Amino acid sequence: MEVFIQQLINGLSLGSIYALIALGYTMVYGIIRLINFAHGDVYMVGAYVGFFATTQGWGFLPSLIISMVVCAILGVVIERLAYKPLRSAPKIAVLITAIGVSFFLENGGVLAVGAKIRTFPNVFQEVQYHFFNGTVVITNRQIVIMVVTVLLMLLLQYIVHYTKTGKAMRAVSHDTQAAMLMGINVDNTISATFAIGSSLAAAAGVLVGIYYNAINPYMGIMPGLKAFVAAVVGGIGVIPGAFVGGLSLGVIEALVSGYGQSLYRDAVAFALLIIILIVKPSGLFGSNVREKV
Amino acid sequence: MQWKKSLVAAVSLVVTASLLTACSGGGSKETAANAPAANEFVIGGNFELSGGQATFGKAAVNGAKMVFDKVNAEGGINGKKIKFVALDNKSEATESTNVATKLINSEKAVAILGCTTSGDTLGMVQLAMDKKVPVLSTSATNPKVTVDENSKKTNDFIFRACFIDPFQGTVMANFTLNNLKLKTAAVLTDNQAPYSKGLAQFFKESLVKGGGEIVADEGYVTGDQDFKATLTKIRGKNPDVIYVPGYYEEVGKIVKQARELGMNMPIMGGDGWDSPKLTEIATAAALNNTFFSNHYSSEDTDPLVVDFVKKYKELYGEVPDSMAVLGYDGALIMVDALKRAGEPNPVKIKEALVSTKDLQTVTGKISYDEQHNPIKAAAIIEMKDGKQTFKDKVAPK
Repeated sequence: MEVFIQQLINGLSLGSIYALIALGYTMVYGIIRLINFAHGDVYMVGAYVGFFATTQGWGFLPSLIISMVVCAILGVVIERLAYKPLRSAPKIAVLITAIGVSFFLENGGVLAVGAKIRTFPNVFQEVQYHFFNGTVVITNRQIVIMVVTVLLMLLLQYIVHYTKTGKAMRAVSHDTQAAMLMGINVDNTISATFAIGSSLAAAAGVLVGIYYNAINPYMGIMPGLKAFVAAVVGGIGVIPGAFVGGLSLGVIEALVSGYGQSLYRDAVAFALLIIILIVKPSGLFGSNVREKV
Repeated sequence: MQWKKSLVAAVSLVVTASLLTACSGGGSKETAANAPAANEFVIGGNFELSGGQATFGKAAVNGAKMVFDKVNAEGGINGKKIKFVALDNKSEATESTNVATKLINSEKAVAILGCTTSGDTLGMVQLAMDKKVPVLSTSATNPKVTVDENSKKTNDFIFRACFIDPFQGTVMANFTLNNLKLKTAAVLTDNQAPYSKGLAQFFKESLVKGGGEIVADEGYVTGDQDFKATLTKIRGKNPDVIYVPGYYEEVGKIVKQARELGMNMPIMGGDGWDSPKLTEIATAAALNNTFFSNHYSSEDTDPLVVDFVKKYKELYGEVPDSMAVLGYDGALIMVDALKRAGEPNPVKIKEALVSTKDLQTVTGKISYDEQHNPIKAAAIIEMKDGKQTFKDKVAPK
């Protein structure tokens, strides 16, 4: 039982990261039906901005916010330069562009900061909390990751459901043409979506940097793919779906490593993707209606 | 139109023919070229001077240059100077083949020093065997560099300055049983790295042979960052030690996460741990009570080591790592062989290398076994407050 609880904690802290990245995937897909493969690399950029901010002696929160702001801008720039000119092009062209942007960010990252690993300064002292005679351990960093993820998720729900931008996003996602006729500035709405999604990825990047304490320019590839799986599992385009998908994927991975074979972890994650696509392509939270945010 | 086609055919025929002659011309030149210049020894260097392993190659070249410069300053060998030509293989196996070709054909190298990694060295093994030019790798630890995988025969022109992977696994198993007096172990292997698998396999075999027990055998892949689930599973088995023969990036995370889970047993590994990054990633406190085998320790008080470290620091302004010391030792082995060969003749140099016996190098007194692996001791390093400290020297058998 204690071991199970420990694995649950392990899985939830890993899953929180997936969830934060998956939110951005799902929002962008919801709005312009694009699987933004560069999203995992925005997460990497976020980690690096966080790294430079913390090495400047900034605290955790300022670094987190700076990183989110910088990546929000990056997200908008990527959208404007790479995706907007292709808005009326076939979907496959945009998808290939996304892969191109992904490579650009990875290799540009190597060029700019070098391929070597960077380690975060100790932003906050580690505290461990023990339960059940020390058999269950949770650290303050894990708590921070989970709390920040839940807070950002709630903030996102608020933005989407109660603000003007959020309403515009839902409208554009529902029917772009009609939204345009109703006077909604579609371009700005799409930019806002990219900004919000990218800032969430940046937050995940900073959290990962602090939690695992090592970042490199290629760190975005695997978590990016996993977050994509999480988004599909939850129902791509559905925000709560991405959140639940991310958390479940983390927990499933922890349980596979803990009770099965550690090496089957990634295989199980991608097997899950295939199963979902076969059994319920709309995902756990998706309805069979085409339009969704 | 017809005449145009035949014209094209004719032109391409001429071009092909001239290319062929050019090639065969080059070929005949090659055989002539293998008669080397008599007034100097040209030693080729095939090293990682850029790319992912650039730090390895640069350190090795630094070490090697110290030896060659000293020999030249003292008048060379039989009055012949050593010309060391180190070229960049960009940390790629294919480029390593090109570099070796260039060294042998254009530079007329009579022997090649390098590369630092097993993968890059393997890139030139076939070529060196065909051209009959001896290769001395400074730090390729994979057994199949000097032994052909299929025929199990020793690649007679290939040598190395370092010990091989299986040896490190055995050393750490003996260290667990004899020095730490512990019995049960969990092994966590990087299943993507042949290096890690090699060490793990021999650790397991030697530990069981010595009366120990493997209670958990888990794996991960390079690039993983969350190990808590696997470590929680290992914790349930309650091993005396954990053996993690991986590279420092993952190892750092593993050690850190293990300590976070309250696992305070010794954690051990091999030379893949040797990097200042290890302390940064894992944090100094978490690394206490960890040990790894290495080619040498800069903290070793052996006068030879002390002297080498001092000179290296003077020249390059930093503490030499294993790659630097193996570059130095590789050059020492080479110079010893050149002296006994007496002339710049690749086959004679190879014969001299084979008969290397009790040569004193910084990493120990070495002789070659039948598979061209040096027989020498390994250093055991203990991490104390984030610093490498010299713990012990463990000789084979």
